[in-house]
Amino acid sequence: MKTKKIQFSLNDKNVSVEVDVRESLLDVLRQKFHLTGTKKGCGVGECGACTVIMNGETVDTCIFLATWADGKVIHTIEGQTIDGQLSAVQQAMLDEGAVQCGFCTPGFVMSITSMLESGKEYTREEIKKELSGNMCRCTGYQNIVKAAEKVLQSGILP
Amino acid sequence: MFDITSYEEANSVQHAIDLLAANPQAQLIAGGTDVIIRLREGKVSDANLISIHDLDELKGVSIKTDGTIVIKPVTTFTSLAEHPIIKQHLPFLGEAVSTVGGPQTRHVGTIGGNVCNGATSADSASTLFALNARLCITGPSGIRTSTIQDFYKGPGKVALTHGEILTAILISPKDYLGFSGHYIKYTLRNAMDIAMLGCSVTVKLGIDHSVADFRLAFGVAAPTPMRCLRTEAAVKGHHFSEDLVERVGELAVSEVNPRTSWRASKEYRLQLVGELSKRAFRKAMSKTGGKGV
Ligand SMILES: Cc1cc2nc3c(=O)[nH]c(=O)nc-3n(C[C@H](O)[C@H](O)[C@H](O)COP(=O)(O)OP(=O)(O)OC[C@H]3O[C@@H](n4cnc5c(N)ncnc54)[C@H](O)[C@@H]3O)c2cc1C
Ligand code: FES
Ligand code: FES
Repeated sequence: MKTKKIQFSLNDKNVSVEVDVRESLLDVLRQKFHLTGTKKGCGVGECGACTVIMNGETVDTCIFLATWADGKVIHTIEGQTIDGQLSAVQQAMLDEGAVQCGFCTPGFVMSITSMLESGKEYTREEIKKELSGNMCRCTGYQNIVKAAEKVLQSGILP
Repeated sequence: MFDITSYEEANSVQHAIDLLAANPQAQLIAGGTDVIIRLREGKVSDANLISIHDLDELKGVSIKTDGTIVIKPVTTFTSLAEHPIIKQHLPFLGEAVSTVGGPQTRHVGTIGGNVCNGATSADSASTLFALNARLCITGPSGIRTSTIQDFYKGPGKVALTHGEILTAILISPKDYLGFSGHYIKYTLRNAMDIAMLGCSVTVKLGIDHSVADFRLAFGVAAPTPMRCLRTEAAVKGHHFSEDLVERVGELAVSEVNPRTSWRASKEYRLQLVGELSKRAFRKAMSKTGGKGV
């Protein structure tokens, strides 16, 4: 099958990789870059476990062709912790006890991080709406919404 | 890996048309949020894809000198809703597409894909019907224009022949200047669900504060999105009142033809048609800031 050499910025480093045009971006991140923090849940764009930030917007990588990543700027969960220092969003999740099994957590962190980076203000209802593309089987969402609220109010950039 | 047999990236509209012409099996992929799901679920196999995903020529919104708004098909729901032209002139279209899926879907899914998919539940469709949208279709023998009504042929069926591409959605000034509008998507859940019924109303006030123009469109009230022309005729020229609102609800029910599906029964949908048309009418009127609302 056809392959294509693509280049993109991944967690602030320029990378290049040969991808099969049938591959999802999720599989390339997990299998070729071994960035397994980005999770595969549903595989059909419904759970948000595979969320990354691409050119400033959240994207479900399970239904995104890897070849389309060419030239893009991508941030994954692995880029959030720098020198062992958790990002403000990760710390807020920890402080609020917003993590149980942790499967959904990377996706939520990326969604909340992109809200923080937008610089907009969000009401509790707007936070819920912005997080509607991420699902959690464990926490009941309250603590996740609280963590988002806390970090968005603090206005600390990630 | 997805069951893709061949994949080509178009570098222009003409290139995409040539690639389609060269392969009778080929289909376009824009955001892929429908195409990839179908592949993933095994509803389609051995796909031959031609990507217009990164075709800048097919992205963005602009206004022609005659006031016609031009929406390019590969504009994502997010960039459409955030576009200054849409915010100024068609905020209700932006609101309608902001009900699609979750943020991640709206960042990738496109309005052109939504229309070409042919689903009666498409969240852009009823508002585009209410706006009398016209579609520019480019194919091997040139460009043609179709009304949105003529484009929707049946569930999942649109009037595109092989080799044709939707290249623009056009809205005339007479269909949006002075209009307010409102879209209600009725779903089982608050988010991440497709419409059980979609209702779009646009209204324009006359100088005497009567309802000079009124359009009522539905998704999922029939096999394709539809307008309620008799109801519209009965409203135009009258002054807004609760009686008029009641009349809209009663008449609308007589014009639609919903089906029973696992999401909702025909009876339930009829009830929704009556109720949502009233609510959307009231809300659209309140957005005009007109008297007597
Ligand atoms: C999790 C999830 C939730 C969703 N929720 C909703 C929802 O709430 N409401 C809703 O309406 N939809 C929803 N959808 C469906 C989908 O996102 C939309 O229909 C979207 O608009 C499709 O756009 P696309 O660019 O991704 O289409 P694609 O998958 O790329 O294409 C869809 C179809 O259109 C054709 N096509 C695309 N562009 C063109 C063109 N320019 N000319 C000719 N043919 C073309 C393709 O060949 C294909 O047949 C959802 C999808 C997912 C995955
Ligand atoms: S794994 Fe991508 S959205 Fe669920
Ligand atoms: S913590 Fe388990 S899925 Fe969210």
